[in-house]
Amino acid sequence: MSQMTDMRKTEEEWLRTERLPHVWCPGCGIGIVLNAFLRAVIRRNIPKEKMVVVSGIGCTGRTAGYVNVDSFHTTHGRAIPFAVGVKFARPDLNVVVFSGDGDLFAIGGNHFVNAARRNHDLLIIAVNNFTYGMTGGQHGPTTPTGAYTTTTPYGNPDRPFNIPHLAISLGAPYVARWTTYHVNQLQNSIYKALNMKGFRVIEIISQCPTVYGRRNSMRSPMSMMEYFQKNSVINNKASYEEMELTYKGKIVVGEFRNVGGIPSYEERYEEIIRRAQE
Amino acid sequence: MTEKHLKEGYYFWSGDVAAAEGAIAAGCRFYAGYPITPSSEVAETMALRLPQVGGKFIEMEDEIGSIAAIIGASWTGERSMTATSGPGISLMNENIGLAVMTEVPLVIVNAMRGAPSTGLPTLIGQGDLMQAKYGSHGSYEIITLYPNNIQEAFDLMFDAFNLAERYRVPVMYLLDGLLAHMYEKVYVPPREEWEKKIIRRKRAREGQLPYQPDEDMVPPMPLIGEGYNIHATGLTHDERGYPDLTPQAQEELVRRLNEKILKHERDIWKVEEYLTEDADIIVVSFGGESRAVKAGVNLARKEGIKAGMLRLITIWPFPWEYITKYSADYIVAELNYGQMYHLVREYSDNDVYQLNKMGGEIHTPEDVLKRIREVSS
Repeated sequence: MSQMTDMRKTEEEWLRTERLPHVWCPGCGIGIVLNAFLRAVIRRNIPKEKMVVVSGIGCTGRTAGYVNVDSFHTTHGRAIPFAVGVKFARPDLNVVVFSGDGDLFAIGGNHFVNAARRNHDLLIIAVNNFTYGMTGGQHGPTTPTGAYTTTTPYGNPDRPFNIPHLAISLGAPYVARWTTYHVNQLQNSIYKALNMKGFRVIEIISQCPTVYGRRNSMRSPMSMMEYFQKNSVINNKASYEEMELTYKGKIVVGEFRNVGGIPSYEERYEEIIRRAQE
Repeated sequence: MTEKHLKEGYYFWSGDVAAAEGAIAAGCRFYAGYPITPSSEVAETMALRLPQVGGKFIEMEDEIGSIAAIIGASWTGERSMTATSGPGISLMNENIGLAVMTEVPLVIVNAMRGAPSTGLPTLIGQGDLMQAKYGSHGSYEIITLYPNNIQEAFDLMFDAFNLAERYRVPVMYLLDGLLAHMYEKVYVPPREEWEKKIIRRKRAREGQLPYQPDEDMVPPMPLIGEGYNIHATGLTHDERGYPDLTPQAQEELVRRLNEKILKHERDIWKVEEYLTEDADIIVVSFGGESRAVKAGVNLARKEGIKAGMLRLITIWPFPWEYITKYSADYIVAELNYGQMYHLVREYSDNDVYQLNKMGGEIHTPEDVLKRIREVSS
C-alpha cells in the first residue's frame, strides 16, 4: 500500500466514518483543519483513549461528532469550561477544544479569557471563518469592519477581535495563526502544540464561501483560498497591530508565541493538594 | 485520600458547611463554583476540604462555567457538585438542560434567597421551587431535595449523590437563606457506616451502547478515558449518542428522560408526616419555613384543632400521593406568591388555602396558627 493509503486507513480509525457524509458545505474549510489535526495527532502517536475532543455549537462545533474518541458536543460557548472540568479531573488526558470563532470568542469569550489566564492545560483549535455559518451568515466577533453579512447589510460597523493579541495578552504559552491554505504549517503547528503544556491557541482562518464569501465577492471556495494565498504574510515576530485583520487586507500568519516552563493550573493544583495534606 | 482528614463525631456547623461536608462524605471529589451569597460557605468549605481528601476545587469565572466544568468532571467518573444562589441558579439553567439531555449525574446546591433579580441576598426566599424543575427549556424531569435542619443538610447529601448516580440526572439540592447560615449540632457517623450508603455508578455490559437503557430505563454511564469513544451531544440523539434529528428519536428520548424519573417516583419520594393521621387541616411546608409551621401546628393542637404538617423533603418529582391519601383541607405555607400551592390544588379533592410571605423572613408560629384558625372555623 502506498503511504497515502496507509494514512487514509489510520485517519479513518480516528473518524466516525459511519456518520459521513458530514454536515459541512462543499468548499468549507473545517474539513481541512480536521484533517491537519488528525494527521498531527497520528504523528504524535497519542493513544485514542487518552484524547478528548470538546466542541461548542456551530459549524466547527460539529467536529466533536466526527472524531472517534471521547468527544463532546456541548452548549454554545461552553466547550472551554466543560474541557476545564475534564482536564482538571483527569490531568493525564489530552484535552482539545475544537470550536469556532463565535462560540469561543463571543458567547464563550469570558471562558476563553479566564481559562487562558489560569493557564489550563488545553489545546484550543479556533476555526475563524469570519461569520456565524450555521445560522445563515450573521456577523460575529471576528467579522472584519466593513464586511457584508446578513446582519450587517450596509457593511460591518463592528471591530473584530485580534485573537493572537488577546491570547498573548493573557499569557498563553503557545499562540499561532494559519489559514486553511497553510496545511503543512498548520499540521506542524498542531503537532508541536500537542507536545506542550498550558493554554495553547491556534487560530485558523478558514473559508465559508456559502454564507460569507458570497456576500463579499468571494463566491467560490477557490476565490477564498486565493485570497488567503495572495494576502497571507508569514511573520512570527509580527507586532500586535500587524496581527489585526482587516476587510480584504493582509493576513499575518505564523507562530507568534512559543514559551515553555509556565506551570499550568493543573500542575499548580498538585502543590495545593500537597499543602492541604501536610 | 488521607484518612486523617475524614471527619467523624459531633460538629457545630451551618447548613452550607454541613452540605459541603455531607457531599465529601458522600464521595464528592470535584467542585466548581462561583461565590454568591448565601451559598459562598459551601465553596469556602470545599476549597479548604477537597484537596485534603485528594479532591479538586476550582473557582470559575461564572456560574455558567461552573456547571459546565462539573458536567465535564462527572464524565470522568468523579462525583461532582456546584453551589449557587439567586441569579447564579438562573445562569446555570442552560447547562442543567445539557446535563439532563446527556444524562450526567450532578448535584447543584441552590441556597434560595429573596428574589426576583438581586432581591434579598442575605435573606430567605422560596421562589425557586418551580424553577428547580422548569428552569431550563424543554420538557424534562429532575430530582429536587430540600432539608429543613442542619443534620439533614448533611445526611440528605447521600441521597442527592446516590439518586444522581442511580438515575443519571442532575439533583437540585435546595437550601435557603435561613438554613445556609443557621448553625446546629451535626453528628457525623463513623466512616464505615456512611461508606456503606454510597451507591456506585453502574457499569455498562459488554457491547452496550452509551445511551442504551437497561430495564429501569437508565443507561449505564461509560467514562472518559476508558476507550469507549463516547459521543455526547445536547442534540436529540440515538442510543449511540449520535444526533438523530427526527420526531421519532425525539419522542423516544424525551419520553424516556421523563419516565426514568416518574416511573421510580415512589422510590425517590421522601416526606415528613407530622400529626397528619387524624388531621382535618394539613399545612404543607418545606425547608426553613417548615420549622415555624411545625410550631404553629403544635399551637393549633393545644387549642383542640386537628392540625398536621406534611413536609416535602422531595420537591420533585412531586410526592402527589401524600396529597391524595388524605381527606383533609390543606394550607400551603411558602415564601413566595404561590408555587407548590398549585401542585397541591391539582391533587387535592378538598379546599386548599395559601399562606404566603414574599421572603426575607419565615412566618411566625402565630402566623401559622392564625391561618389554621381562619380556615378551620
